[in-house]
Amino acid sequence: MIAADKPRQRASSARLLVIAAGGSLTHAARTDLVDFLRRGDLVVANDAATLPASLHGMHLPTGAAIEVRLAGRLARDAGDLRRCIAVVFGAGDFRIRTEDRPLPPALAAGDRLALGPLAAMIERGLDHPRLIALRFDGSATEVWTGLARHGRPIQYAHMPMPLKLWDVWTPIAGPPVAFEPPSAGFALDWRLLAVLRDRGIGFATLTHAAGISSTGDVDLDRRLPFPEPYFIPASAVRAIRRSRGCSGRIVAVGTTVVRALEHAASLGGGVRPGAGIARQRIDARTKLRVVDAILSGAHEPGSSHYDLLRAFADDATLRAATAELDAQHYRTHEFGDSLLVERRRPCASCWRESVVRAAA
Amino acid sequence: MAKTYNPVPRKPHDRDSVAGLRVAITGGTSGLGLALVHEFVARGARAAFVARDRARVECIAAAASAHGIVGDVACKEDIHRIALQVLGLLGGLDCLINNASSLGPVPLRPLGDTDCEDLELALATNVVGPFRLTKALLGALAASAREDRGAVVLNVSSDAAINAYAGWGAYGTSKAALRQLSRIWHEEMKTQGVGFLSLDPGDMDTPLHTLALPDADPATLKRPETAARELVDAICIALAGRSRLPPSRDGASIDACTEAAAAPG
Repeated sequence: MIAADKPRQRASSARLLVIAAGGSLTHAARTDLVDFLRRGDLVVANDAATLPASLHGMHLPTGAAIEVRLAGRLARDAGDLRRCIAVVFGAGDFRIRTEDRPLPPALAAGDRLALGPLAAMIERGLDHPRLIALRFDGSATEVWTGLARHGRPIQYAHMPMPLKLWDVWTPIAGPPVAFEPPSAGFALDWRLLAVLRDRGIGFATLTHAAGISSTGDVDLDRRLPFPEPYFIPASAVRAIRRSRGCSGRIVAVGTTVVRALEHAASLGGGVRPGAGIARQRIDARTKLRVVDAILSGAHEPGSSHYDLLRAFADDATLRAATAELDAQHYRTHEFGDSLLVERRRPCASCWRESVVRAAA
Repeated sequence: MAKTYNPVPRKPHDRDSVAGLRVAITGGTSGLGLALVHEFVARGARAAFVARDRARVECIAAAASAHGIVGDVACKEDIHRIALQVLGLLGGLDCLINNASSLGPVPLRPLGDTDCEDLELALATNVVGPFRLTKALLGALAASAREDRGAVVLNVSSDAAINAYAGWGAYGTSKAALRQLSRIWHEEMKTQGVGFLSLDPGDMDTPLHTLALPDADPATLKRPETAARELVDAICIALAGRSRLPPSRDGASIDACTEAAAAPG
């Protein structure tokens, strides 16, 4: 696989590797995605807009240059970003691989940070030299103004040009709660949504506050993903029931949708509308209750994204898929090509369970 | 305070109510835009408005109990910053009003005397800016429609969009383009439940009108508060899924070029 290094959300050349339930692999153009869906299926996407969560500035006690990457919101209210979890890097920017970024100066509770027009204080450290809880000065409104003026999208060294907010703003973007883009949604456009409708394929959204995908620090990366708040609207739950009722598949656009739906379903009683906080990891051991297929970016083995795919397909199938992605030079990362992975076989008992629930 | 999770439910299809409606208005510190901010807030909506002058924005935000956002819709770099703040502060969006307008060169002049740059600026403010902002907020509007809250974009139009008034070339051309943009948006987005309105509020006693026609007698002009009330009524009807808009009370043409918001499927 090669890194996609241009911020084009819907490159006309984007490709799609379809991994069917039986393990067969099919290469396609991503614009033909709809041909792999059936009447009655439901496509569920994450409509979170992406925050400009990277803030350059200074650690005032030492005068050292730092980059603060907001990574989680501490208030329940999505309109209130005054208190956040953040990962702090020393001097430099996204052009340096996160693995190579220097540590920030020693960070202590009470330290003041100057971040452009925003001022903040470290509330406490979170058991790692890079990880803090911080509080911005001022009102919630002033924090929005400051972020809009000074914040930049979080980005990584594989993308050489600085990203603008519009580069990471999906076509369906709504509430700005994601710290990194729910990038599987880059594959969506309004033409596709119209075609889905014409073909009797449902479309629904939920809002999941996608967190940061990587810190470059092995210990810290092991703690990812951080707990992520989500909101599932009533319309999405109705659509899931409708689709289930006619044996349609639930197709998640991106790992965040899988996390939200599977977390909601894990609470018992099927997926219910409302807010929740996804804390679970999804991997080979996860028994999927709701999602039948996932549209996702192409990710390297070992990443948490790849781990999540192991809930859908067995390791032999994923190894074969990775070999195909390599051989065919698929492009990886958020602006790259896509995979459509169907769950290996409908888990008969889960399936029955959800149909019974849907009927209830 | 904005709440994204557990958004305040809004009673769908209530034809007289905009209570709980999340609305964003550009050009909100003077004339019709300011009157719209007051009208929406008075009727229980949650409003955010956009304008260029920081001092005026802050002053009106405090006085009107609305969220003020500093930005210029003619500036590409500002659009997603505006969208970010609108969605962050309101938690989502049910109604966007593209009201900010540039008159083009003043005093008004024939096209032959209009600098190309002045035409470009009028197009940037009156056509490209509304297009960009609508695009950045389209996902939020469509989500609102899926939730049965309704979703409407109002692009403020003018009779100069239809009639060829000498001296109004830059403005009239840009408003004609905005009107056509509204119609095509509407055709394309109605299946997603997002309706587009292009309405002419009539000749009002506003700073823009004074710029254009300094000698006009204000007594002959409509008060912006009256126009704002009519526009909010029209939005109520559109949100309630009505298909036709009534004529304005004092006979000024309401340019009902579009069908009202289609009920989401």
